[in-house]
Amino acid sequence: MSDWIEVAKMEELPRLSARVVQFDTVKIAVFRTSQDAVLAVKDRCPHRGGPLSQGIVHGNLVTCPMHNWRIDLATGEAVQPDQGCVRTYETKVEDGRVYLRLSSAAANANSCVEHA
Amino acid sequence: MQKMKLVMVGNGMAGMRTIEELLKIAPGLYDITVFGAELHPNYNRILLSPVLAGEQTVQDIVLNSMDWYAENGIHLHLGKKIDKIDRKNRVVEAEDGSRAEYDRLLLATGSNPFMLPVPGADLPGVISFRDIADVEAMISASAQYKHAVVIGGGLLGLEAANGLKQRGMEVSVVHIAPWLMERQLDEPAARLLQKSLEDKGLKFLLQKQTAELVRGESGRVCAVNFKDGESIPADLVVMAVGIRPNTELAESAGIHCHRGIVVNDTMQTFDPRVYAVGECVNHRGVAYGLVAPLFEQAKVAANHLAEYGISRYQGSVTSTKLKVTGIDLFSAGDFTGDEGTESLVFSDPGSGDYKKVVIKDNKLVGACLYGDTINGAWYFDLLREGTDISQFRKTILFGQHHLGDSGHGPADHVAALPDTAEICGCNGVCKGDIVKAIVDKKLFTLDDVRAHTKASSSCGSCTGLVEALLAHTVGDYSVAPSKKPLCKCTEHSHDEVIAAIKDKGLKSMRAVFDFLEWKTPDGCASCRPALNYYLLARWPGEYQDDKHSRFINERAHGNIQKDGSFSVVPRMWGGLTNPKELRAIADVAEKYRVPEVKVTGGQRIDLFGVKKEDLPLMWKDLSAAGFVSGHAYGKALRTVKTCVGSQWCRFGTQDSTGLGVKLEQLTWGSWMPHKYKLAVSGCPRNCAEATIKDFGVVCVDSGYELHVGGNGGIKVRVTDLLCKVETEEQVMEYCGAFAQLYREEAHYLERTAPWVERVGLNYIKQRILEDEKGRVELNERFKHGQRFAQIDPWKERAEGVDATEFQTIRISA
Ligand SMILES: Cc1cc2nc3c(=O)[nH]c(=O)nc-3n(C[C@H](O)[C@H](O)[C@H](O)COP(=O)(O)OP(=O)(O)OC[C@H]3O[C@@H](n4cnc5c(N)ncnc54)[C@H](O)[C@@H]3O)c2cc1C
Ligand code: HEM
Ligand code: SF4
Repeated sequence: MSDWIEVAKMEELPRLSARVVQFDTVKIAVFRTSQDAVLAVKDRCPHRGGPLSQGIVHGNLVTCPMHNWRIDLATGEAVQPDQGCVRTYETKVEDGRVYLRLSSAAANANSCVEHA
Repeated sequence: MQKMKLVMVGNGMAGMRTIEELLKIAPGLYDITVFGAELHPNYNRILLSPVLAGEQTVQDIVLNSMDWYAENGIHLHLGKKIDKIDRKNRVVEAEDGSRAEYDRLLLATGSNPFMLPVPGADLPGVISFRDIADVEAMISASAQYKHAVVIGGGLLGLEAANGLKQRGMEVSVVHIAPWLMERQLDEPAARLLQKSLEDKGLKFLLQKQTAELVRGESGRVCAVNFKDGESIPADLVVMAVGIRPNTELAESAGIHCHRGIVVNDTMQTFDPRVYAVGECVNHRGVAYGLVAPLFEQAKVAANHLAEYGISRYQGSVTSTKLKVTGIDLFSAGDFTGDEGTESLVFSDPGSGDYKKVVIKDNKLVGACLYGDTINGAWYFDLLREGTDISQFRKTILFGQHHLGDSGHGPADHVAALPDTAEICGCNGVCKGDIVKAIVDKKLFTLDDVRAHTKASSSCGSCTGLVEALLAHTVGDYSVAPSKKPLCKCTEHSHDEVIAAIKDKGLKSMRAVFDFLEWKTPDGCASCRPALNYYLLARWPGEYQDDKHSRFINERAHGNIQKDGSFSVVPRMWGGLTNPKELRAIADVAEKYRVPEVKVTGGQRIDLFGVKKEDLPLMWKDLSAAGFVSGHAYGKALRTVKTCVGSQWCRFGTQDSTGLGVKLEQLTWGSWMPHKYKLAVSGCPRNCAEATIKDFGVVCVDSGYELHVGGNGGIKVRVTDLLCKVETEEQVMEYCGAFAQLYREEAHYLERTAPWVERVGLNYIKQRILEDEKGRVELNERFKHGQRFAQIDPWKERAEGVDATEFQTIRISA
């Protein structure tokens, strides 16, 4: 079975915004940038756990609504001088549909070790 | 392709700051080579004073380590003094014969201490106070000898004298003027300074001219003779009588110099390939000797070296502080005053406090403080920004504590606070964290501290405290730009952006980005909400609100709480309600299992803990019961607080409740630069607290007093009385006009209190009271905007607008 899961149509994901995908208890924020890149990270800021999905998106970055940390959505890394990272998930867009890869083996697309 | 070659001569503070700025904006553009005559990597020259005093070590003050140069691929040549520039072949040559070619040359040779041309000035034991070598010489002399004489009672001389005293020497300071630091202090302040230095054991010889330095038997200096015949013993003489721009190299290469290397506003010398920054420079006739202006120059030079070509250095206003532990003085601008100025003075010789501010045409032009200097930063801001101070002239000497949320004015002396004291309430940052970051990461500016600690990056009300900490930790160091860019995405200030949107007819965010050459593709979380507001306020009905440029609270039309849930506050007009409304609220609270219900300070009811997905459903029920959004989450009109007024109260003079309802119906839905609150009290007992609101009405027998610019919150500011009017219609008109003036001219996130202070009440009176036609037009524009703003966002969303914002996509395994 392919482990890609369709989560939304592209038109349900407006530019410069995010949708929250809930899988069991895990919330994943799926973003669309102004350049139409679709990027997904766990919906939890590495700083104090703020919901990244609710932040303002600019370039490949999102600014967390809680304390203005900026997270690079492509790498999951916080932008200097902040330090920390958030888990990223693989995404793809085919025929105007957005897919997310969740299988546990491939899920951790970057090497971020999560803090509880 | 071969990289261009940049050579810098003078491995000091201004030059290296330029290189750092350049690496930030155009890394990899140049192959960089640095020559420095000293044997040390770039260090913080300012902190030589604490090193001399034994409070810090040479290691502590290094700014760029050797590793730093290596990591950035910079070829560093230490201990090599350049003595030749061949401009034709574009090569520099050092004394030892090493050479380097350049495409661009940056001269940052600093300055030379001026040595008095008296006999004996070249004796062993006679030194200046400029670099690490001088400090080392002083430290070693202090271990062997007893008598030190410092010639020069300015900043540098006093810091040297203090350091030598701390090292155990007997120190006399010789000064030619009648009082110390005559270029920074007036006589009373200088006397206080002298007294506290005398208490520390220093001796002073004022109005004394040095005739000769006497050679002792060992060949070393042994005494100083004065023109009046007197003589004092001296085993060490420190000359601190001034500095001269070091232009020797530039002059030898035929580059135009006149009291410094002459540069234009882009820091370019007369040879277009050669730039110069720092103390060696003469810009518009001024050579600066403090780092803040030099860092501004560095930024401009880097911008041009990076081939951005868009910034100009236009000169700086500087301020002074003395870094002698336990002594606080501050001086800026014209502190003596002349015929056209007035001076306000506060003097308390008992406590050793002295304050003087000099005012001209209702603006601050100078300040001189001794003892309590905590308001120095604030005065300096007023001075630079040319703020109209007529409204708080009476209390200006007592500092800023009585003023509103304008973001400055530390409430207490930061030095006395423990490390665990919280400085930034917004981000939970303590004093210890900030000081550690300043020291460990070598931070200089407020912006650096904001980026690294997040302190003062949010509400900004702790800005003054953070600046004070910065000054306390590293000396007064903050760079002082004459205009503040809106954010890091642009060079333009709020005012420039507002003007461009209006004058150039920019009607979309893209148009603003393009016309003003934004540096980032989509802006950032600071500028996008600001631009969205400016566009919306300027072009109602034409500009399409961009919800993706709004903070989450405004996007979701509720306040996000710390657990990610939201709160819902329905509007209650003028704080009035009835059983039917209360029943409807009770019903939704039960239906959606709202965990907490509270009456707000704005006279309405807050339902806490609502899940985001439930918001549209709840709004649907509230909407059906006749409620609209209370905008408790927005930079918008919040509430109109009222008292019961003449309808019930025996003191009431007018129908304050009824007027409050009318005002809320007029203003609700309006987006503002920041939150905006109204109140109406029925008599001067003022039960609705109208005098701490953005626009407050106090009813009196003969009409209505209108008050503006008040603020509750952390720093309470009482309103200013704008005027008195006679009818409710007038209240409505003035209310609309004032709101519109604020909407059109204040900076985004600037509340009315700091805005009124910045522009001055006189200006507001002139626009609202004197210019009748203008007032009518402002009010018309306000009402026009309201046609588009008074659409209830809750109702729309209950009907399905923007549904995806509120839906979570659920998938199961
Ligand atoms: C003790 C002391 C305390 C101070 N306190 C303060 C303060 O509290 N606040 C404040 O704002 N300012 C203060 N200053 C002033 C501040 O340090 C200077 O304004 C600043 O360092 C000047 O920077 P610059 O880069 O222009 O010159 P410098 O930092 O002097 O750098 C110039 C460098 O170029 C080298 N050089 C010169 N000619 C050549 C050549 N031909 N070839 C190679 N190298 C060359 C020099 O050796 C030197 O290292 C203080 C200065 C001193 C000495
Ligand atoms: C994220 C932070 C904040 C949230 C979520 C928040 C929320 C609220 C809400 C919901 C109300 C009720 C207002 C109404 O009925 O419309 C309120 C009232 C009030 N808030 Fe805040 N607030 C915040 C920050 C602040 C700050 C920083 C200040 C001070 C500068 C402040 C000062 C006040 C005051 C004085 C009132 C009472 C208003 C009145 O009596 O009219 N609030 N706040
Ligand atoms: S302000 Fe005056 S009119 Fe209003 S309730 Fe208080 S006493 Fe009565």
